[in-house]
Formats: sequence, structure tokens, C-alpha cells
Amino acid sequence: MTPAVAFQKTSRHFGAVRAVDAVDLEIKPGEFFAMLGPSGSGKTTCLRLIAGFEQPTSGSISIFGERAEGVPPYRRNVNTVFQDYALFPHLNVLDNVAYGLMVKGVGKDERHRAAEDALKLVQLPGYGGRKPSQLSGGQRQRVALARALVNKPKVLLLDEPLGALDLKLRESMQEELKQLQKALGITFVFVTHDQGEALSMADRVAVFNDGRIMQVGAPEEIYQRPASRFVADFVGSSNVLPPDFVQRYAGQHRWGSLRPEQIRVRSDTSGDGVAARVVSRHYLGAATKLSLDANGLRLHATLPSGTAVPEDGAHVMLTFNRDQLHLMEEQA
Amino acid sequence: MSVQAVSGTSNVAAAILPRRGGLAGSFSDLLWRKPGLLLFLMLAPPLLWLGVVYIGSLIALLAQSFFSIDEFSGLISRELTLKTYGDLLQAVNLDIIVRTVTMAAVVTLASAIIAFPIAYYAARYARGTWKALFYLGVMLPLWSSYLVKIYAWKLILAKEGILTWLFAKLHLSWLLDSWLSLPVIGGNSLSVSFTGTFIVFVYVWLPFMILPIQAALERVPGNLVEASSDLGASPRQTFRNVLFPLALPGIVAGSIFTFSLTLGDYIIPQIIGTSRLFIGQAVYAQQGTAGNIPLAAAFTVVPVVIMGFYLWGAKRMGAFDAL
Repeated sequence: MTPAVAFQKTSRHFGAVRAVDAVDLEIKPGEFFAMLGPSGSGKTTCLRLIAGFEQPTSGSISIFGERAEGVPPYRRNVNTVFQDYALFPHLNVLDNVAYGLMVKGVGKDERHRAAEDALKLVQLPGYGGRKPSQLSGGQRQRVALARALVNKPKVLLLDEPLGALDLKLRESMQEELKQLQKALGITFVFVTHDQGEALSMADRVAVFNDGRIMQVGAPEEIYQRPASRFVADFVGSSNVLPPDFVQRYAGQHRWGSLRPEQIRVRSDTSGDGVAARVVSRHYLGAATKLSLDANGLRLHATLPSGTAVPEDGAHVMLTFNRDQLHLMEEQA
Repeated sequence: MSVQAVSGTSNVAAAILPRRGGLAGSFSDLLWRKPGLLLFLMLAPPLLWLGVVYIGSLIALLAQSFFSIDEFSGLISRELTLKTYGDLLQAVNLDIIVRTVTMAAVVTLASAIIAFPIAYYAARYARGTWKALFYLGVMLPLWSSYLVKIYAWKLILAKEGILTWLFAKLHLSWLLDSWLSLPVIGGNSLSVSFTGTFIVFVYVWLPFMILPIQAALERVPGNLVEASSDLGASPRQTFRNVLFPLALPGIVAGSIFTFSLTLGDYIIPQIIGTSRLFIGQAVYAQQGTAGNIPLAAAFTVVPVVIMGFYLWGAKRMGAFDAL
């Protein structure tokens, strides 16, 4: 099957800065794909390369099998939902949504009907007459989405679309976006720095760092089997265990990762386990997160709500299942 | 330990600080309690100036235009009449008005066309040193005397001037000659033609067009241009549907300058151009040599009325909506 988007050794350098450095990537048609990484990791530049706002310094990009280098954004059947929405302030909502059809020469009645339908799709029917300045952040976000979807793009690019929304709204939009993507079957490429967002929404996730892709895979794979220390640390703040520690418990001199929820904390300090001291506690509602000091090694453990939580400074014993200790590819 | 230090100082300091500075201090407190008073004190002098000196003299001018001149004695009759406006509508005077308004319109249009790319470059691309150079380049001509610049242009445009020489060197004299042989806009040389007047007007008023357009474009977020392109608009369509409407308030603001300044100017057409009059020159001649103050006043009312309509039309077009 032809990939929706394919990068082959694609680089985008700005002078000495390698924003995107020899990236190989294939995004499948109809997939919800997330690009995850800290700011400056190259994920947004990758998105802009697909949209056509940036041209690769070297390497190639194809969209549904067609080479896209040198093709301007307005000749790509790809649409973007911008981070701060980029709605046209001088046009009302309906004309904003109908803009893409208008420049393609679709008649007024037809494009307004299509725009109305798109507004219904994002649950803003009847908002067409308002100006963008009269909308809330969440509503603007929906208008931006409708404005992109009305063109029936082959690929929809979303650049941190939920970043400016408050938590509650963000969660409901995550669900809605996911359902929309399923219903429409359009390939979504979603850029975010929020690992929770990436894991909960995407079919597959690419983790970026320093202009390179560190790992690509399904959310479970990324979360449970991180390929490197960076991925383990960035995705879900795993405990990164040094080779000497891993050697002691798993018999191999390699870096390891252990999820906070996989550590069990025992107040009884007799018996087997890793001796540690509680440094601080953070109550999170559904769980309590403990910061622990195991002979100089800083570890985190989460205790589900309802279990006994040891006091600050208490000496505890940590245990974990040996097969849950994940060994990372990186050789020490 | 640090907590103690903080609470220690708060024990010493009072919750409400004593008033400082005696009378001035009480006055500050009063202004703080009554912000309206502060506003009044700040606005009174400029409002007096504007009301009395500026609006007042305009009203005096308007009143003058309803007086008339006794053609035999040359004395001004202070009876309200529309006779002067009747004189204003004579063919020779209408000619002057049409000529001036046409010139102002053409100068405005040309300024806008020349200014837009310059302003666009400055707003979108120029950074750091280049931006400073842009401001310097645009403002520098404003620092030297207007008269000096106009006389410099007279030399440039003269028959023996550098332009004629340049055309000759490029073997393009035929082009210049055929342009100058055109009716109305032509003449003996550029410096005595309406083309020359036009060139100098555009040169002198251009900064007043560039700066507002640049300010308007500066406020257009770059991602709107990207969004337009992303939605399938060619650069041309992006200009027409996004950039131009959003820059329109700036273009209108600039055109108010170029249009009204051209309407009222009497120096440029006097030094560069034909002997046919513009409104400013007519006002100058009527109130000076001819001594016909009422007609001069009536002439002066013309640009005021035209600008009134101009602003009304601009508002109707929605030019101020996007501000």
C-alpha cells in the first residue's frame, strides 16, 4: 500500500541548525499519527515540510506516492489546523470555512452549503454569521478544524491544536477528534509535546528529539518498551535505571526502564527488595506519587489511591517483577 | 529562619503608609481618587487649542466664504450670500478643482502602488539592520527642507538635467520626447509638465503612504498568509483575499495623507509644472494679489468638503472596520 506520507532521508537545516536531520518515516493511509517531542525537536518542522511551508534541504517527501519537493502549499491536497488557529479576522465564520472552496472557484451557494455542513460536523451549526473575535478559544479551534475538513484533504495536519485549551475542553476535544478521524477515514498527523495526548489519541507515535526520530510505534509499544533512555524518560516519566543497577537485578549490563506504577512499596524493611527512603509525596487524586531515594538513585513510584502511603523520610522496601524491567536497546 | 525574617519586618512596618510629600502628596491622592479630574487637566489645554485656534479659524474661514466682494470698490461685503460659491462654479474655477482632484487621485493611486511592495518587504522580511535602514531610507527625505528637495527635482527634471541626459545615453530620447509631446501631461520638458508635478508629488508624499501600510501589514500575522496558501489560494488570491483587505486600513490612512496634502499644496505646482493653477495656488492668488478673500475661502472649503466625502466613503467601504 502506498504510504500517505513518506520521508526518505529528509533533512531541513537552517544554517547550522539541523531542525530535521535525515528522517525516514512512513505514515499509513487512514492512520492517526502523532509526532511527539519536546519543543525544538523538529516535529513542527516535519509537519511544515508535509504542508509545504518548508522545503527539505535534502532527501525526499512523497504524499500518496507523489513527490512533493518544490510543490507549493496551495497545490497540495493537504490542510493544516494551525496552533493559534489562524482564522481570517476580516471574514465571518462561514466565509472562513468556505475560503478553501472559494479560492477553488466553487459557487457561493454551494460553498456556503458545504461550509454549513462542516460547521455541523464540528458542532457549531448556526455560528456562520459571527466574526472569529466573537468566539471562544474552543469554538475557534472547531472553526479551524471545519475550515480544513471542508476541503476533504488527503492528509490533515494538526499543529498542537489543543495546546491553548483548558484541561476539560482538551479532553473532550481529544475524544471528538478521534471519533471524527474514524468517521472520515482521513489520515491525521498530529503534533504535540503532551505525551498523554499522543498516547491516548494516536494509532502510532513517532518520538522526536534533536531533529531525529527516536522511536516509532504503537502507543503501548512506546510506553512499555521504550527504545532509549530519552523515550523512557520523555514518555510517561519512566524510571531510567543505570546498567550497574540492572546488572544486579536482571543480570545484564544494560540500561533499563521501570514504570512508576510497576514498583511496589513495602513498609516492612525485612526481606528482599531495594531499600529506599521516601523523599516526598505528591497527592494526584487517583494515585499518590512518591519520590524515593534508593542509595543515591532517584526513583518514582505511584501508589493507587486507597493503599497505605508511607510518611516522608520513612524507610521502605521496593519490589518489582523482574520481567517488567525493560532492557533498552542502547548498549551501556 | 527566612520566614521569621519576613514576619519580623512586617511587624515593624504599618499596614497603611503615611502620606508623603505634603501638598503635592495630597494632590496625588486626590487625582488617584478622581481619575476624571486628571483626565480633565490633561485634556483641557489641547482641547482649548483645538477648539479655539483650530476649529475656530476653520469656522471663521467658512463664514468668510459666505461673504462677497464688491467688484467695483474691492471691499468685502459682510452679508451672507451664496454669490461667492456661484463664482467658484465658473468654468475657469471648476477647471482648477477638477485638475487638482485628478492630480490628487492619480498621485494617491501611484503612491499606493509604489508603497505597497516597500511596506510589505519592511513588514515581512526586514529584520535588524535592514529594518533600521528601511526606516532611515523612508524618513531621511523628511529631514531636509521641502523647498530644497523641490528645487533639486527641478534640476533633475529640467531639459538640461540628468534625466534627459540619461535618456540620451540609453538611446531612449525618442521615448521621452514622445511622452512630452502627449497633450495635457506633456510639455517642453519634464520640469514644466504635469508629469513632472506628478513625479515630485509622489516623491514628496510617498513616506506618508509607506509608513501606515507598513504598520497595517505588521499587524497581519504571518500564519494568515500560510493559512491562505494552505487552503489552496495562489499568491495572487492570497493578496486579494487576505493581504489587501487587512492592509486596507493602512492604505486608506496613507491615502488620506497623500490625497489631502496634494489637494492643498501650492508650492510644488508653482515650481514644477505648467502655469495652470491648482487649488492651493488659486487660494494664494485670490487672497494675495487679487484680494478676494471670500473666493479664497470658498476655494479652501473645497478640499475640506472633498475630504469629508472621502472619509465617509472610506468608512462605508469598511476601511476602518479591521482597525
